[in-house]
Amino acid sequence: MTEADRWYDDAAGPVVRPYAMTRGRTTHAAEDRLDLIALVITADRYAETDDVAATDHSLTPEHLDILELCRQEPISVAELAAGLDLPVGVLRVLIGDLLDAGHVHVTRPVPPAELPDAGLLREVIDGLRAL
Amino acid sequence: MAFGRSDRRRAAAEEPVALKMLVAGGFGVGKTTLVGAVSEIRPLRTEESLTEAGRPVDDLAGVEGKSTTTVAMDFGRITLRDDLVLYLFGTPGQDRFWFLWDELAQGALGAVVLADTRRLEDCFAAVDYFERRGISFAIAVNCFDGAQMHPVETVRDALDLDPHVPLLMCDARDRESVKEVLIAVVSHAMERSTATAPAAS
Repeated sequence: MTEADRWYDDAAGPVVRPYAMTRGRTTHAAEDRLDLIALVITADRYAETDDVAATDHSLTPEHLDILELCRQEPISVAELAAGLDLPVGVLRVLIGDLLDAGHVHVTRPVPPAELPDAGLLREVIDGLRAL
Repeated sequence: MAFGRSDRRRAAAEEPVALKMLVAGGFGVGKTTLVGAVSEIRPLRTEESLTEAGRPVDDLAGVEGKSTTTVAMDFGRITLRDDLVLYLFGTPGQDRFWFLWDELAQGALGAVVLADTRRLEDCFAAVDYFERRGISFAIAVNCFDGAQMHPVETVRDALDLDPHVPLLMCDARDRESVKEVLIAVVSHAMERSTATAPAAS
């Protein structure tokens, strides 16, 4: 096996390492807001993802993928990671960029250490029964 | 990809509420099957980079060639209403990935601990974890074909469970059975929240 072969077997993973997409950043100031079930939605002012790309040249193809997926409906961070096949850590940095630029909104999940109230839990039970 | 929710944008005026529940248990006990039985999407797998574990250590040398640089988590989604969605997360089965649990457990409304009576000890660690964190959980004994049936009380004794913790027999492949398990978890969480809430509220 040559030196080059060792790089391109399955175990080597993607040839472009995930954190290259974030220019080496592994954290983002906004990541505390980006729980796995935080819902991301593209800001209303963009009718088309292409419009964003035209006005903000700092965006990478991965940023634009996120905007496109979140244009119609809010999507959870976890679903975005699965759909775009990106590690959650990478995705948090990219979403953080979009938040800073005002391109997306993120909903707040139920705050940590604070259980949903009994009324909401009752609604969950009713919803499950009705499935 | 399965992003098939309709009409969510319409409901977006009122912020949708997203809740999460964990599904824990030993490796191969049927967590993915359980999630798949009730999820409206096929279980998706998301990968968390293991380099997260070392934050804020910057040294990534040696990581690039390993096949185990990511750990998979299964998850599913149940839309209960336009503005109320429940996410299920299958926790990584191997103990060495437990650092991921802390994040998953934050804000979780409860957990299912899936048990196999042939390997009951596999779920001890999960029971311990949720007990210590004060997270509501229910034990679901997955009755595999051919698995020896044990009376509920025998399993309860073997796990040294608090008498309030729900324990159910289930079939992780069966939607109705899994629904009952999820309802048991939420009911238990509700009992606990009303028991601890001030009487005035």
